[in-house]
Amino acid sequence: MERDDILLRVSHLCKYFKVGKDEFRALDDVSFDVKRGEVFGLVGESGCGKTTMGRTIIKLYDATSGEVWLDGVRISAGARGYREAIKAARKNYREELARAGNDTERRRLKYELERTITENRNAIRSAHRDNRQKSDISSRIQMIFQDPTASLDPRMTVREIIAEGLKIKGERDRKTIDEKVYKTLETVGLLEGHAGRYPHEFSGGQRQRIGIARAIIMEPQMIIADEPVSALDVSVQAQVINLLDGLRKSLGLTVLFIAHDLSVVKYFSDRIGVMYLGKLVELAESDELFSNPLHPYTRSLLSAIPLPDPIYEKNRKRIIYEPEKVHDYSKEKPSFREISDGHYVMCSDTEYEAYRRTVT
Amino acid sequence: MEKILSVKDLAVSFKTPSDKVQAVRGIDFTLSRGETLAIVGESGSGKSVTSKAILGILSGNAVVEKGEILYGGKDILKLSEKEMCRLRGDRIAMIFQDPMSSLNPIVKVGKQITEAMVLKGKLSKSAAKERAIKLMEEVGIPDARTRYERYPFEFSGGMRQRIVIAIALAAEPEILICDEPTTALDVTIQAQILELLEKLKREHRLSMIFITHDLGVVANIADRIAVMYAGKIVELGTAEDIFYRAAHPYTWALLSSVPDLETTETLEAIPGVPPDMTSPPIGDAFAERNKYALEIDFEVMPPMFRISQTHSAATWLLHPDAPKVREPRIIRERRQRMEKMRGDEHGEG
Repeated sequence: MERDDILLRVSHLCKYFKVGKDEFRALDDVSFDVKRGEVFGLVGESGCGKTTMGRTIIKLYDATSGEVWLDGVRISAGARGYREAIKAARKNYREELARAGNDTERRRLKYELERTITENRNAIRSAHRDNRQKSDISSRIQMIFQDPTASLDPRMTVREIIAEGLKIKGERDRKTIDEKVYKTLETVGLLEGHAGRYPHEFSGGQRQRIGIARAIIMEPQMIIADEPVSALDVSVQAQVINLLDGLRKSLGLTVLFIAHDLSVVKYFSDRIGVMYLGKLVELAESDELFSNPLHPYTRSLLSAIPLPDPIYEKNRKRIIYEPEKVHDYSKEKPSFREISDGHYVMCSDTEYEAYRRTVT
Repeated sequence: MEKILSVKDLAVSFKTPSDKVQAVRGIDFTLSRGETLAIVGESGSGKSVTSKAILGILSGNAVVEKGEILYGGKDILKLSEKEMCRLRGDRIAMIFQDPMSSLNPIVKVGKQITEAMVLKGKLSKSAAKERAIKLMEEVGIPDARTRYERYPFEFSGGMRQRIVIAIALAAEPEILICDEPTTALDVTIQAQILELLEKLKREHRLSMIFITHDLGVVANIADRIAVMYAGKIVELGTAEDIFYRAAHPYTWALLSSVPDLETTETLEAIPGVPPDMTSPPIGDAFAERNKYALEIDFEVMPPMFRISQTHSAATWLLHPDAPKVREPRIIRERRQRMEKMRGDEHGEG
């Protein structure tokens, strides 16, 4: 695959939250790429870190460690890894110094330590520098939130809500702004006349359209949609999904689609990543994932999907995922590996062999 | 089967300063012992109002325009608040959508479960505690004795919903009303809660009214289904009737608007918005959004046409003079696909 095909690269991303003295690992060493023009679905139960993922990418949260690259430019990097590297180097130096025989050896060790420290300090500095460039990223990645009532300011008119980003970007010409707002309203299936109204005058589905308009007016490269339809009624859900689907085709958008409704994710996404407790456990093209799920958690998730068919439902066999029973990670640590073309699973060596056998 | 509850021609309106919103406009249904009736519809279709009317917990500006709800030979709409109190939570219990907001955050869960038992004077405090712990074990809360002393925030969403179910079961009700009990939960937890409800229903011979808009959930739990639109039941039948032989265009629209795992084409969204219930349309309320609508749909409200012993629907399409319309292709294809899938599975097993 060409590097240029990749719009967003998430590499070894970690986000820890402080909980009292401990840390909660909301994201733990997650890596994936999102290709230009694709819809990447992220699924998992609540608390698995999928929302944290979206928010860390758009820099609502600062990454603890790891990196996020957008279009070949690093937009976010965590500094903890480098700090730890410095600490480890110091410790190592002290140990080796005690063992070192002569002065030349000591000088060499000292020199090496200083070099490691400088390298890592530079890395920290550069991470901070990249992290500071927020304004640019926020117009290139836009977010659509779950609850269209909570995410729209009730005291702003629709025009103000949609135009806010443009104004922040420095657009001052009233006429240009109005034209753009009207055009965007039309794109999302609302009318020019709606611009002067307030959010409370709209239904849930229409409010979500306003949220979408606010995102696409900035002509972003990428949209992060965090459960955009789960707060909506079934009949309205279909309208909003169709709108998003149309927009991504006409505007060539790349979408990171976060949801827990697997039927919707399957329908909408090209590739799907399954998250469990802050880790990505499986990643594959959506057809492949559904027809050939490998990780036991994915299997259990798929077996729980309710389908609109009474006979099927009444005979459904649900698979229960019990991590301590199915995995033995006491000897071998699991890692994220490619089983077949584009199909990745978190597994240990033994499991890897077993998965390979089922595929071939 | 023994009819335990019957709702006859029930109509409920809400007074607003300027208008009157007709939330429920004359609905009829019955509930048999040990059966699960699912009420399906969009928000604003009147499904929650119906369940609240049964429990007598309608808000202050609600007016019961007409109709009766018969339970144990009595019209419960005519009961005094005191008599209603004896019924509510004792014979008829309810589970709400959001387990966090239906539990008191500053009272230990144990106390919340025993509250009703002690209040009704049925049990002493210590006996109530033992029973509560047994209930907690029954609804699948591990380590119930320690958890008894915990506060709601110390539980996960699924566990909280189990507590709510334990509270509802505390008085051994005959009828359990579940208002979107799994909407706020994940698929895996949702599946667990549905299995639990199914088990409890069997063991306690409960009758359930299950309100939801998720058709997958309905397929799982319902024996019979009532589809509501704009305050009326538009189709009523067994789960098989509704999913395999649906006759009302609104049911078709609902069924085709959800993607299943094989859907690849554009979803059939229902165009437009539900009607304004301050002045509901005179004809079929769904006519505006219905691509199969006939002229008569805009003028005269269709009666319930009987299709079979168990199945009826309110659409003029069922009138002998109406043009023959087949259900949409999406539904037909899904049914064939599901049949094939089931066939495959049976083949394997």
